[in-house]
Amino acid sequence: MDWMEIVSAFALVMLIVILFPATRDMMRNSPKGTSSDWLSFVIPLIVIVVFIMFLIKLV
Amino acid sequence: MNQNYSTVARRSSSALATNKVLRNTYMLLSLTLLFSGLTAAISMFMNMPPMTYLISVIGGMVIAMFVLPRFANSTAGIGIVFLITGMLGFGLGPILSMYASLPNGSNIITLSLGGTGVIFMGLSAYALTTRKDFSFLGGFLMVGFLLVLLAAVANIFLAIPAMSLMISAVVIMIMSGFILYDTSRIIHGGETNYVLATIGLYMTIFNIFISLLQILGIMGNDD
Repeated sequence: MDWMEIVSAFALVMLIVILFPATRDMMRNSPKGTSSDWLSFVIPLIVIVVFIMFLIKLV
Repeated sequence: MNQNYSTVARRSSSALATNKVLRNTYMLLSLTLLFSGLTAAISMFMNMPPMTYLISVIGGMVIAMFVLPRFANSTAGIGIVFLITGMLGFGLGPILSMYASLPNGSNIITLSLGGTGVIFMGLSAYALTTRKDFSFLGGFLMVGFLLVLLAAVANIFLAIPAMSLMISAVVIMIMSGFILYDTSRIIHGGETNYVLATIGLYMTIFNIFISLLQILGIMGNDD
């Protein structure tokens, strides 16, 4: 294991520690979405998955 | 009657303010993307070592999290945004050089760049035309992001290629969610600072590009 991997792991752990309180607050304060709200999020994600599969075919 | 006029006036001035934030964000975003491209080209030309990426990303993140919020309301904030995006672009240089040296490397880079552009523009257009409020995604996206970071730490030690592919795919999904979330926040007045809005959107584009590069690099490699 080289020093770059150790520094990367350390930086990622620090990022998790820094972001954790904000994540907890957002979890508590985010409004709840309805099923139609979630559907309007899931549909574009499915389109993106199909698009990425198309890009993979092109490589 | 007067009350109706004042309500209409207030609504139209709020819409104008939102349009101004949106216009300034997209203007600054396009300039920072061009600047990143320039610094990436300089870094490739200088043949920088791979550790440049790590140093640039850590430096960029530290400035974005601790320095930028203090100057976000002043003109210095714009300079700091260019500093961060310039550093991240410079860090991309060695990664792009590595992909460019692959047999179909230029194809992978072009497809990743085009794919990132299509994903960003498509999702932005979707959020702008539907004008849906995606604020409910905030907690979900942040938890997802933290879980991905944990998986990335684990994979540094495990070094499983399939896991790295999975992480890249999930990062694209989460960053796509952040594009919807950030754009919706600008539209609905949740984000009124275009400097912070720009850096948020820039980070999503940067992460989608890197992840797409990794997915297409792994899938396009015949060995």
